Amino acid sequence: MSPTIGVIVFPGSNCEQDALEAVTSLGAKSKLIWHDSFDLGSADAVIIPGGFAHGDYLRPGAIARFSPAMESVFAFARSGRPVLGICNGFQVLTEAGLLPGALQKNSGLKFLCKPVNLTVRTTNSVLTSQTVKGDGLRIPVNHFEGNYTCTEETLEELQDEDRILLTYEDNPNGSMGDIAGICNAERNVVGLMPHPERACHPLLGSTDGQPLLKSFIESSEL
Amino acid sequence: MNEPVHRTLGLTDDELEKIIEILGREPNHLELAMYSVMWSEHCSYKSSRVHLKRLPVEGEHVLVGPGENAGVIDVGDDIAIAIRIESHNHPSYIEPYQGAATGVGGIIRDIFTMGARPIAIMDPLRFGPIDDARSRWVAEGVVSGISGYGNSVGVPNIGGETVFDETYIGNPLVNVLCLGILPKDRLVLGQASGVGNLAVLLGSTTGRDGIGGVSVLASAGFGDEDEDTEKRPSVQVGDPFEEKRLIECCLELLDARLVVGIQDLGGAGLSCAASETASRGGVGMDFDVSAVPQREMGMEPFEIMTSESQERMLAIVSPDNLENVLAISKKWEIRSSVVGKVTEGGQLRILDGIDGPVLGEVPASSLHEDAPLYNRPMAPPDDLNARKEDKPEKYLLETNDFSGDLLNLIYSHEWITSQYDSQLFLNTVAGPGSNAAVLRLKHPVTGEDTGRGLAVTTDGNHRWCAVDPRRGSALTVAESMLNLACVGAEPRALVNCLNFGNPENPTVMWQLSEAIDGMSEACREFDLPVVGGNVSLYNESQGTNIDPTPIVGVIGVIDTLDAPPPGHKWSEGDRLIVIGPEPEGLSGSAWAFGKGYRKGILRELDYDLHKKICQVTRELVQKKLVTAVHDVSSGGVGVATAEMAIASGVGCSLARISSHEALFSESSSRVVLAVNPDELTNVEEILNAAEVPKARIGLAHGDRFTIKGLLDLELQSIQNKWENHLPIAFEGGTTQG
Repeated sequence: MSPTIGVIVFPGSNCEQDALEAVTSLGAKSKLIWHDSFDLGSADAVIIPGGFAHGDYLRPGAIARFSPAMESVFAFARSGRPVLGICNGFQVLTEAGLLPGALQKNSGLKFLCKPVNLTVRTTNSVLTSQTVKGDGLRIPVNHFEGNYTCTEETLEELQDEDRILLTYEDNPNGSMGDIAGICNAERNVVGLMPHPERACHPLLGSTDGQPLLKSFIESSEL
Repeated sequence: MNEPVHRTLGLTDDELEKIIEILGREPNHLELAMYSVMWSEHCSYKSSRVHLKRLPVEGEHVLVGPGENAGVIDVGDDIAIAIRIESHNHPSYIEPYQGAATGVGGIIRDIFTMGARPIAIMDPLRFGPIDDARSRWVAEGVVSGISGYGNSVGVPNIGGETVFDETYIGNPLVNVLCLGILPKDRLVLGQASGVGNLAVLLGSTTGRDGIGGVSVLASAGFGDEDEDTEKRPSVQVGDPFEEKRLIECCLELLDARLVVGIQDLGGAGLSCAASETASRGGVGMDFDVSAVPQREMGMEPFEIMTSESQERMLAIVSPDNLENVLAISKKWEIRSSVVGKVTEGGQLRILDGIDGPVLGEVPASSLHEDAPLYNRPMAPPDDLNARKEDKPEKYLLETNDFSGDLLNLIYSHEWITSQYDSQLFLNTVAGPGSNAAVLRLKHPVTGEDTGRGLAVTTDGNHRWCAVDPRRGSALTVAESMLNLACVGAEPRALVNCLNFGNPENPTVMWQLSEAIDGMSEACREFDLPVVGGNVSLYNESQGTNIDPTPIVGVIGVIDTLDAPPPGHKWSEGDRLIVIGPEPEGLSGSAWAFGKGYRKGILRELDYDLHKKICQVTRELVQKKLVTAVHDVSSGGVGVATAEMAIASGVGCSLARISSHEALFSESSSRVVLAVNPDELTNVEEILNAAEVPKARIGLAHGDRFTIKGLLDLELQSIQNKWENHLPIAFEGGTTQG
């Protein structure tokens, strides 16, 4: 049985179909979950996709975290099931307190859409289990608020506990420690600013997103 | 200051007479306000309609031609594509961020009004010189506005072009093209029918923003600074989050087949939407202004009827479906209100309360069908012959800095394009900076990949059109054809945005008429139907008109999309070939304009040869026989080869290019090909069979960009100039004053 990936849709989300298409192309089943539902149905794993939930008004993710579906995602995550936040989804997860730190405006104060080179820092997570430590991945970023920041203590903790999953080779947004993606202490909740779903088809210039999403799909089968 | 009311609204005395004739009485203030916006140049095309009729509009694949909210073509597999181009030039000069943002919002609504999901945007932009701080302020604001609105509303921006030139210093151009995709059987038109059906207003509240936007702003030029600043309240303010929910809501309503017709509210607001839907359906409408949700207290009926508040749609719904319509609106948190009902006869009545007093009553069709039609005087410039004689080649002796001239012409647009999401929906195979943008074609309902592709290009060249509007426009169409050939696509349809100066100036009218003739000629030759367009006049500032700038968007289809098109990247060892006629003349080239030589003569296009060049280029691309391909346009062979070297990080040694003309001429129908030595014989045989002129010009290799006898540059130095030009210019700061 292939696992079912639930993709949460807030008003203003816009990468939900892309996430769906990418995980389906890798053999998973998938379904959209409207934000005002407490019911995650039969989802074996959850993706919070990119976009501008609630217009990013107030602050990216600040309103979305109060949606009923997020309450269920919280419980889902606490039970050890895999949760992935991509871009706006990463912002939502930090606002919800499921991941530490925050994402502030890019250091260049401009929106930035371009492919970047990432380095895999650990394979010990639901997002990186099928990658090779030290490998380079070419995956696009697409954000205005992707500049990861946290306290010195949190940064140390992330480093000491091997929770920095991916770093930028050439930091595009000013992120602390070149951080592109992290996980929680239990390693089942992951967030990253780059868009792996945009790098899963040979016609789109890179397939480096595949090992990340494959890792995530496989982890939901366990 | 005792100007009669109709004149302050932008209507002439003759136009007032005509209104009195239609109504058989004096119009009241509300009626006058409605006529003034609907009969504005922007809405009525009163100066251009007489000429636009000459454009060919019919073709095998055309489902909907000009006159609707968007053109629609059949692209096979039961899929239709809606396409439209618009301008938001005037608002963007006054308030760059909101002007550009609402331009994006407006065109997206035009597309989903047809039942299509918007899938791509392209922005042709024109600004004053980059070394002018105010032009940078405009450019920075416009790009941020497009980025801020487009990214958030969730429609990728896949290309376009940006030109900086002194002709736009007091009047930038902000054009925007949008593509939408729909299952062929879901096509809807903006019309009301069924007496007793209800008009439901969806979306944002109605405020005082944008009142008279089409008449005060878009249909007059710019004058002194204080007056221009006073126009700022005529610019609307956009809310992309509202628009995103409005898109999803309307597409869901259309999917569920709950609406009879739907119309977006753009220029001229409710006056336009109510009268157009009624008039297209051959019915009338009772419209209750008091039912319109208002953003502020005390709005006058004329303000409500002419407001250009953004993110609003008018849906025509049968009473049986009302409950379901309201429920879907609620799900998407979209405000919905019944504001009118469809009536017999053709009268548009504005009421205060649906059974309340009649505030105004006009024949719905009179607001657009009876709009005045002007055949304005035209005259070529007095010095036309002298201009033709004043060719840039005359000045060649004064200059021979080939390296410097080349470096002046090259810069990357990445500072602009990287601010746009160009990849959403996982369709973008070739994005900004490509010969043409290429999208995967997936079925809009099933999401199934058809294995085919769409290609889109926007092109415009004010320099060619300043020299010769007729030939320049024809050459612009020709360039689009070649751009599509470079990605292996067959052209299907064209849309245009005609940006010109003040139509009351006979030279401007002559330019417009000539441009339309040139475009018509080219479209007929290439069998390319025009499925939509927009005319933007009064692009003038302090009495100076912009150079004529017709912009075209052309869409094509790629039958087998199994690999990205070759693009600009060549490989070490590739042989370089130029196909096409010998270059002739520098008139209208980027090189000449950069030196201030803005006159001369353009070579007439050889249509037969151009078609052959397009055909053989398409064949080589489809058969994957070339590593890289670049049409020769702005900046000539010099810029084309430099861009290829920069893209690939591999230099080149070129020969047989021995003059300014050879290096910088932009004469048409030429393409640079990079060919792997193993394919060389094969490629040359195909070129011979196609009977197109060809010349080997050199070899891709090393880390220098060398043209024998002319220049020898480190590739790195060209790359640095390419990458840093715009970022450094913008670091110079901006000023609004």
